[in-house]
Parts: sequence; C-alpha cells; structure tokens
Amino acid sequence: MKDGFRQSMAWLHTWTGLVLGWLLYFIFVTGTLGYLDTEIDRWMQPELPPAADNMTPTRAVTLGHDWLQANVPSAKEWNILVPADRNIPQLRLYWRDTDNERDSVNLDAAGEPVAARDTGGGQRLYRMHWQLHYLPGWFTGWLISIATFVMFVAMVTGVITHKKIFKDFFTFRPYKGQRSWLDAHNALSVLSLPFQLMITYSGLVFMMFLCMPLLISAFYGGGEAAEESFFDEVFLEEPEVTPSGEPAALVDLAPLIAQAEARWGAGRISHVGIKQPGDANARIHVNGLYSAGPLRTSPGMTFDGVTGELLHERAPSGTVARNTRDVFLGLHEGMFAGPVLRFFYLLSSVMGTAMIATGLILWTVKRRQKLDSKGEGAALGVALVERLNVGTVVGLNIAVAVYFLANRLIPADFEGRADWEVHAMFLAWAAMLIHAGLRSPAQGWREQCVIAAVAFCAVPVVNALTTERHLAHSLATGDWVFAGFDLAIIAAGLTAAAVALYLRGKPAEQPAGKRRAANRRRDASVSARP
Amino acid sequence: MAVTSRLLAATLGGYALSVVAGVVAGYGLSVARPDAVLVGMMFSFVVYTGAFLWAFSTRSATRAWLGMVVPTLLLAGPAWWITQGGFA
Repeated sequence: MKDGFRQSMAWLHTWTGLVLGWLLYFIFVTGTLGYLDTEIDRWMQPELPPAADNMTPTRAVTLGHDWLQANVPSAKEWNILVPADRNIPQLRLYWRDTDNERDSVNLDAAGEPVAARDTGGGQRLYRMHWQLHYLPGWFTGWLISIATFVMFVAMVTGVITHKKIFKDFFTFRPYKGQRSWLDAHNALSVLSLPFQLMITYSGLVFMMFLCMPLLISAFYGGGEAAEESFFDEVFLEEPEVTPSGEPAALVDLAPLIAQAEARWGAGRISHVGIKQPGDANARIHVNGLYSAGPLRTSPGMTFDGVTGELLHERAPSGTVARNTRDVFLGLHEGMFAGPVLRFFYLLSSVMGTAMIATGLILWTVKRRQKLDSKGEGAALGVALVERLNVGTVVGLNIAVAVYFLANRLIPADFEGRADWEVHAMFLAWAAMLIHAGLRSPAQGWREQCVIAAVAFCAVPVVNALTTERHLAHSLATGDWVFAGFDLAIIAAGLTAAAVALYLRGKPAEQPAGKRRAANRRRDASVSARP
Repeated sequence: MAVTSRLLAATLGGYALSVVAGVVAGYGLSVARPDAVLVGMMFSFVVYTGAFLWAFSTRSATRAWLGMVVPTLLLAGPAWWITQGGFA
C-alpha cells in the first residue's frame, strides 16, 4: 500500500469517508432531528393541545379503556400509551382489528378524540435515519449496516491518522483554504470524539441481528425456528396466548395500575397493552418507563385479563451481556435525556453532521488546489463530488424545510397527504441536486444558501398564516415546543443567510495564483491585528 | 488491482474471520447461550475493524489475505466444535 502505517490509514480514512459520505450525512441529519422527534411531531399536528403529561396513569387508562370498549370492542389487541413524559406527550390509543390492521387515535383530557391532520411527523423523519425511504427493507438494512461499519472504520482510521490530537484541538487557522477545512474537520471530530465513537458503535449494535446472523446459527442452528428460539430466550418473550372463543368480562384495570405504581413509583407507567379483550384468555401487559435511565428496557407485569392475577413479572435488567447491549442502545437513542443532556446530544450530533460535511468538502478542496496549481480543469471525479456536496450538504437541509412547509401547505383532506409530505421532501432534494449539477460549485453553494435561508425563514411565516399557533402566540402562552421550533428554524435560516452573504463577498472564480495572493493579503491583515 | 484484492480480503475475509472469532469469544466469555450470541456479535465488530486496518496497512495484498485466512482457519476448528453443542 502506501509507505507507513499512518499514511495507509489516512488513505483508508479518505476513501471510506468519501464513498458513503453523503449517505452518512443523510443518516446524521435525520438522526439529529430524531433527538427532537416528539417535538417535531407536536409541531406537525398543531390541532393537538399542548402536552398532557400531567395526567395520572389511572386516569389515562380509564379514559383509554372506556373509549376502546365503546368504539372498537372486537379488536384483538388494545394499546394505551400513557402521557408520562416528553416521549409520550399525548394520551394515544392504538389497536389491531381482526384483520391485523393497525389504527390509532389521540384523546384529550376529557377523553374525546382530537382530530389532527394526517402526517408522518417527526417519527417518519426519524425512521428515515435507519429505514431511508422508497427502498425495500432488506436492502436498506444491509446498506445501513455497511454505512455504519464504514463510519466506524473511518472514525478509527481518522484517530490513527491524527497524530497531534491534543495540539490540533487548539488549532484553527482561518481563511487558509485547505488548512482551515482540515482544522475545522479535526476540531469538530476531536471535540465530539467520544460521542461519535459511541453513536457509531451502538449503531452497529442496533444492526447486529441483521448483519451477523451466522452467530445466531452458530449457537442455535440454522433456520427460522432456531432464530425464533434465540429471540425468545434473549428477550424472555412469553408465549402468545390464543383466544379461547369464550367471552368474559375484562377485569377492572385501576387496581392493576395501582399495583404496578406501588412497585415502580407513582406515574412511572408508559404503556398498557390488552391482548384479546373480552375473551376468557385475555392478558394485560403493564410496562414501566423506558426513559428511567440509559438502560434501554423497562420493567413489566403481565396479568390475567379476567381474574387480574399477576402471572409474570419482568425485571428491568438482565444478564451482563444483555445489559451491555441495552445500555448501548439506550445511549444511542437518549430517551432518558432531560433538556440539558438533550441539548448536548443535539450539539454533538450537529458536530458529527458538520464533521462529515467538512470531510467531504476537504476532499474536494485538496484536489481542486492541486488541479488549479497545475493549471488543469477539474477532473470528472472532483467535479462530481463538488456538486454532490452542494446538493447534499445544503440541498438536504432545504429538503427538510420543504418537508415542514408541505405539512402546513398540503390541504388537510388531501388524499395521502402524509406520503406527499415525504415526496415533497425528496423532490426538493432531487431539484437541489439537479441545480447543483447545472451550476459551478461556487455558484451552487451561494445560491443554495440563499434558497435555504428563504425556505427556513418561510416555515414560521407559513405556520403563522395557516395556524393559530404563531410565534408571538407561542411565546405569550409559554408553549416552548412551538416557540422553540420556530426560533430554531429562524436561527437556521439566518445562518444560511450569513453564509450566503459571506460567499457573495468572496471572489468566485479566480486563477489559483491570484487567489493565493489574495489569501496572503488577507492573512497579513488578520495577523496584523493586535 | 492490488486495492481490489485488499478490499475483498477486508470485506469477505474479514467477515469470515469476525464470525469465527465472534463464536469463540462469545463461547469463552459467556455462561449462557443467548449471552454468547450477544457477546459474540459485539466482539465481532472489533475484529472486523481490525481486519480492515490490517488489510489496508500490510505490505502486500498477499499478506492481507494471509492475515485473514490463517487466523480464520485456526479459529474454525474450535468454532466448529462449539457449534456442535458447546452449550449442550
């Protein structure tokens, strides 16, 4: 390969980072937004009242049960999501009918259904983080696994390449082209390194049942039945109960909830599931909070649905191996994070996103300088990467803004509106990629930053024009989810505008020699300052 | 072409190595069967990463392949024994 271990690691870092860089950028953007999934959900359904998470579990379960009993008595499964904390802001019911079709409804504090626009919300945006879109599941699973592994290799080789890890931490040389991009890439990566390593390795842990199936076969034998028995053993699944066909009244739920609260603490219940309600074989599953800590699991109790007898209790923690896995998953999702820790989750993942973006840009800047100094035009590869960078690094953010705009602008009764929100997002991204292809990179960066500024700033305006819940109203009523959303997106818009203004002041297409001279002059003036 | 050969050594050879290493490590570090799978999987990613570094840093593509094939063959015996009822 190249001479020396570090050089070959640098080579591996460069090429693994490039090949899947745009996909990883998409994964990081959607993953970052995933840390605000329920906040985005709430913004995307402005018809719903502000969070109802002060409702007691007993009250929520009583309201939920009464509605389900009155409206879908023949469903084969009922589920009540208790508005316990940030992760479940509304009392939400979902059920499966006899055809296994899933349906859901939100109830207000009086137990009345709340009609809200059909939307994918923050959840769909978050699911793209590992499911992408438009692609078959098996393909996506493998693609995400490979991308995650490539990310991990890029992280490890990046650390090896980086010999002066401590010194570079304090180094930033602005306005020096390649050097500045390298410094930015290094500072972002080093500062958030523990987070990036954790998030990437735990990403692999998420995918491991899919991408390492041979390890299940090695211990359990091949075939689907063997795989089933592995999952049953590791997740302590209870066997499915079949309906008896004999009708029997469901036991009163309130005492069961009280029993669980006595065990886990008042209000610490997130979900109640009722299998085969109205049948003699009914089962009631009561689950505690997932958000109690980084261990991604919850305690659970299973009751007989007719007698109310406690049949089974699931401890929140398992073997060392199981807990290790659950802690990785819990740290990755950050469901337990309160406002302060959530802010740091966001900050770290924004830095990860910027790390990928600066890495991609660095690749082109390096090669472009070499080409310019030889007086050659751009090679096809460099030209392609430059344009994909513009259309993704900026273009994808524009697409996300369009997703939010579509949520407000598509009529409420439009057929398939939730799907069209997503189509609008990907159409916008495609348009930005085409735009980047038609323009020179310098024009592309500048123009897409202008488009991004307009698109982001349009979101709160369109929100104010189409709903009652505009920014002034949110601030006046202390609705921090709505106010925070509007303010954050305005900040994003202003940032894009600032970058666009900065790029306008920059000479776009200069011969390399002139540009170097201009840089030298600027550096001289910078260093002349006290 | 040397790069292609190294890439194949890393992806295919490295995968095979990480599977057998995962089986042996999972068995060695666990007392119960479901744990062995979890430990083996979490361990295998570390081996796979190491395999990548080896394949792209060693002097020649041949050595890259040797670095995959030799340990895989060495571990294949114990791994086979484990699959034949190590936890029985």
